[in-house]
Amino acid sequence: MTTFTTVTVVGASLAGLHAARGLRSLGYDGRLVVVGEERHRPYDRPPLSKEFLTGDGDPGEGPGGLALTDPEEEAELDAEWLLGVRAEALDTAAGEIRLTGGRALRTDGVVIATGATPRTLPLPRLDGVHTLRTLDDATRLRAALRAGAARVVVIGAGFIGAEVASSCAALGLDVTVVEAAPLPLVPQLGEEMARVCAGLHARGGATLLCGTGVEGLRGSGRVTGVELTDGRVLPADVVVVGVGVRPVTGWLEGSGLALDDGVRCDAGCVTALPNVVAVGDVARLAQPGTVRTVRAEHWTSGMLQGAVAARNLLAGSTVEPFEALPYFWSDQYGARIQYAGRRAPGDSVRIVEGDPADGGGFLAVYERGGISTAALGIDRPRPFMRLRRELARAPQPAGR
Amino acid sequence: MIPVCRIEDLPEGESLRVEAGDATAAIAVFHTDGAFYAIDDTCSHQDASLSEGWLEGCYVECPLHAALFDLRSGEPTCLPARKPVRTHAVTVVDGMLYVHPAVRTVPGEPVHAAPEEAVA
Repeated sequence: MTTFTTVTVVGASLAGLHAARGLRSLGYDGRLVVVGEERHRPYDRPPLSKEFLTGDGDPGEGPGGLALTDPEEEAELDAEWLLGVRAEALDTAAGEIRLTGGRALRTDGVVIATGATPRTLPLPRLDGVHTLRTLDDATRLRAALRAGAARVVVIGAGFIGAEVASSCAALGLDVTVVEAAPLPLVPQLGEEMARVCAGLHARGGATLLCGTGVEGLRGSGRVTGVELTDGRVLPADVVVVGVGVRPVTGWLEGSGLALDDGVRCDAGCVTALPNVVAVGDVARLAQPGTVRTVRAEHWTSGMLQGAVAARNLLAGSTVEPFEALPYFWSDQYGARIQYAGRRAPGDSVRIVEGDPADGGGFLAVYERGGISTAALGIDRPRPFMRLRRELARAPQPAGR
Repeated sequence: MIPVCRIEDLPEGESLRVEAGDATAAIAVFHTDGAFYAIDDTCSHQDASLSEGWLEGCYVECPLHAALFDLRSGEPTCLPARKPVRTHAVTVVDGMLYVHPAVRTVPGEPVHAAPEEAVA
């Protein structure tokens, strides 16, 4: 077991918090520092695009009910919290993390949990244009949606875009979702099931426009509309850009760590340096038995990787790979979508319960060569969970 | 107390969601390990219905995030849930199952039984 004097978790996030918890629960009793760019202690992000936007009452300043820790647990964790502070650079030779303002933090163990930041489009900076990632983003968007906005344009029909559109529709706003691809979510769900999910927009009263990009924005000072590449102009009081995220690795340039749309690690979250691990959205893990690597942006992966990374960091090398079955869920227009598994292009889809055509929910299994590779459920939580458990136990086709 | 169903209508391994009225949140009722249990239906972590969860002995797994709750105490046994859900008493009278919703309490305020209820 490696002995550390100081372990620094960079990123006060779900994944970062779970790594900190993991370190303490495995008996690490040295100095534990958590650096967070946001001013908030770790909180739960999934509700930000859903209940947080639609909820009644004043959400207040801090995370409130979204907080992932309470004072009792924070006392147990016994960590130093450096919040509202950015990590600017990692100097592995000196064993230092440089923070905002040039301050250096000496550390011999590092957990990289800096997550991801929304991708942007080359658009002018106008009031009324939002992205959604952080609590502060969500607080601003929530206020904007309640300040007399009538028409919302959401750019990007991925899960975040669809959830924001759903929340706007629930608030009674006129919503149009613009998607550059011919159909959203095909990489995640395959064409057949992506088509079913795309149909939820219309069911929820939102308009989905596919196959058109965004040319520019109208308005001076404040946005008034969105110009599409097909020439149309959509009037808008609020625009939400949801075109994916990119991992936050800028601060690691020059650190010597391999960066490739994320921080490269082995299958156990350990980077090329045994005293540096990476977890959550920023971590790109090796997939044993393949040449592929995988970076997941799933809540469950972030949570579970924390414990695995903590163990491997303390062990000095990977003694436990991260093998959890990918899982995500999304709530849109009153429908709960749940997906688990590792589908690949070309897998066939079999409906095992319900009927996608009747809108009442269904359960689907993806298959290849007679082996189930993934499951998708809409409003079928219990049978979905049974399938998810079976998939987690079952052998997968080679290379997944 | 709220009538739930005839006991034969809730076989072993099954669960039900009971709307308890405006004063109380929905309640999930379970038949597992040869007994009936009732807890708050909404997971203490995020919006998910525990009556749709996976039953394993005296535990139910939240259908969204796999948080595990002990049906006897309402305590979560693992993350991501940190707060317990309330438990409610269950009785069977003449083959009919009833739940007795726990009184909603404000943390820090003791609940006083009405005098007539205090007399056995």
